[in-house]
Amino acid sequence: MTALQGCLLISALLFAIGFAGAVTRRHAILVLIGIELMLNAANLNLIAFWRFGPHPEALTGFIFVLFSMAMAGAEAAVGLALIIAIYRHKKTSNLDEVKELKG
Amino acid sequence: MFNQLDQIFVTALHWLVSFVPEAWRPLASSLICIAFILSVFPAVFSVTTIFERKGIGRIQNRYGPNRVGIPFTKIRLAGFGQFIPDGVKMLTKEDIVPRAADKVVHFLAPVVMLIPVLLAYAVLPFGKNMTVTDYDAGLLFFFAVGGAVELSVFMAGWSSRNKYSLLGAMRAIAQMVSYEIPLILSAVTVVMVVGSLNLNDIIAHQNQYTFGIAHWFVFTPWGLVGFILFFIASLAESNRTPFDLPEAESEIIAGYFTEYSGFKFALFFLGEYLGMFAIIGLGITLFLGGWTSPVSFLTWIPSWIWFFTKLMAIVFVFIWIRATLPRLRMDQLMNFAWKFMLPLALINILVAGIWHYMAADWQRWLVCSAIIVGAYVVLGRGLMHNQKLGKRIYRYAE
Amino acid sequence: MSPFFVITGIVTLLGAVFAMSLRNLVHCALAMAVAFSGIAALYLQLDAQFVGFAEILVYVGAIAILIVFAILLTRSGEAPEKSVLTSGAWTSLILIPLLFGILAWAILHSSAVPRDLPPAPVATVKNVGDALMTKFVLPLEIIGLVLTAAMIGAVIIALKEENKNENPGRKS
Repeated sequence: MTALQGCLLISALLFAIGFAGAVTRRHAILVLIGIELMLNAANLNLIAFWRFGPHPEALTGFIFVLFSMAMAGAEAAVGLALIIAIYRHKKTSNLDEVKELKG
Repeated sequence: MFNQLDQIFVTALHWLVSFVPEAWRPLASSLICIAFILSVFPAVFSVTTIFERKGIGRIQNRYGPNRVGIPFTKIRLAGFGQFIPDGVKMLTKEDIVPRAADKVVHFLAPVVMLIPVLLAYAVLPFGKNMTVTDYDAGLLFFFAVGGAVELSVFMAGWSSRNKYSLLGAMRAIAQMVSYEIPLILSAVTVVMVVGSLNLNDIIAHQNQYTFGIAHWFVFTPWGLVGFILFFIASLAESNRTPFDLPEAESEIIAGYFTEYSGFKFALFFLGEYLGMFAIIGLGITLFLGGWTSPVSFLTWIPSWIWFFTKLMAIVFVFIWIRATLPRLRMDQLMNFAWKFMLPLALINILVAGIWHYMAADWQRWLVCSAIIVGAYVVLGRGLMHNQKLGKRIYRYAE
Repeated sequence: MSPFFVITGIVTLLGAVFAMSLRNLVHCALAMAVAFSGIAALYLQLDAQFVGFAEILVYVGAIAILIVFAILLTRSGEAPEKSVLTSGAWTSLILIPLLFGILAWAILHSSAVPRDLPPAPVATVKNVGDALMTKFVLPLEIIGLVLTAAMIGAVIIALKEENKNENPGRKS
């Protein structure tokens, strides 16, 4: 098992854990935490392939990960603002109870 | 001879490491550097606490501690031994944890505060060739570990299950996050002009002398404004007066570390002061030339003496400001950061760019100073909201 | 695959598992911060220094704090009374190990994985800056716009609404 396979296994396991949390837990913020873990797993994948792949001096994977982190930050900010707005309206952050479009 | 005195710590390190077999040398070198940082900076911390109490006392027209010598001996030190009983008191006090507190998080909060602060010392250059780790992106590393301190503040405030602690923690985090932006933006001007994030490169740029005066960045218009912004933001990041609403004794008892006693409180106290030294050290590196001397005929003084002299001078100014200025209210503090310091920091970046591209004569001084003074006046007047602040009227009882 | 690598990987995965399975939300957020620091340490071992420091700055220093603030503003700090799992949780918990199994099989039996280790790439900050300003300048500008839009959008969404018509018979 090479180092690249080790990195890819860690990122696949991280993705699976994040995915499990995101679809299993009831609280909206935990879903967001799961999404952040999945994004981090994808970033780790990109950096592993940048490091062990051909032409690392082109810095493509590196820059991709920088932009991906910026987007993750923006998405976390907007997602959390949405959760706060929904809590203010429905007084709950339980995803099973926010299933009606009315109100 | 003075060059050997300058490099005395480096030669001592090489000599100590030569006793260790070849394979263990990097580890031994790191451990000795860690021991150096862990012994020097807590000593500076003890000296600072004494100077703070005596200095604030003198400014407030009273003596500070002036009798404590070394306990159990007959040595009289006129108050300079105060840190020994203070240390013993903090170590021997009972460690009280509230019954409803979240024990694991309550225990880990001081540790999580201290570790990033100590990590930040790894990139500071204390003298010539005296950086522990010379990262290519050293400045980014410093700001990254500075951001991790906010998490520990939250942990401390939330785990105590005390509404005053939580309130203090929220205020402290809001303040630290708001002032982090002018801090980083004022450092960005230096990075822009130097072209590198490496702290030794930044010092090398300032290590040139014209007419005997060094090329410190603080002697340029954008550098002066940058240094003042960095100074104010570092006051806020260390929760010092006038920005110490989150932990002021007359406001909220002790804010987020109300429920801490004994050794954990000592760790918080230590972490706060060490953070102050680290951020002052970074300000010295960025704007005041690090370990270089200001005039070319004093370069024979060892570089580490210059670094620690500048550090203690700025710590003295911090203490002076603490004794002199009143506290800012939370909304005044946030308005100051977002409405005044942030636009001024952005305009400073613009001015640094103009400085870099104009030819080196008196015109660029005039243009840059005019833009900065204009921005300051416009922002200052614009944010006053027509308050008619005239001459102070004193009313006395007849 | 040095021992440091394996230890960092285990710490990261433990942090992620605790982040998704603890009952108390603040503990979950703190475990998530541990997982992010572990990932930053992995980046540093893969010679991606700038990305590692940026990960600590962005994720631990900003996103973890945002999540913690949201937990406090939505009063989720107290322990939940009912079950923490959604309906249909058990189906997912059966299918996800299957997903991981397929990914792991693909990784371990792939022929696209190179057998030898290329030399360490030089990713100095200067090279990154040059690449950002020459080859990737359009994504840089677009991400500036996206971040501005996200910031303004988040503020507007979370802004307190002012109730203009306050009549008692109105259902809110």
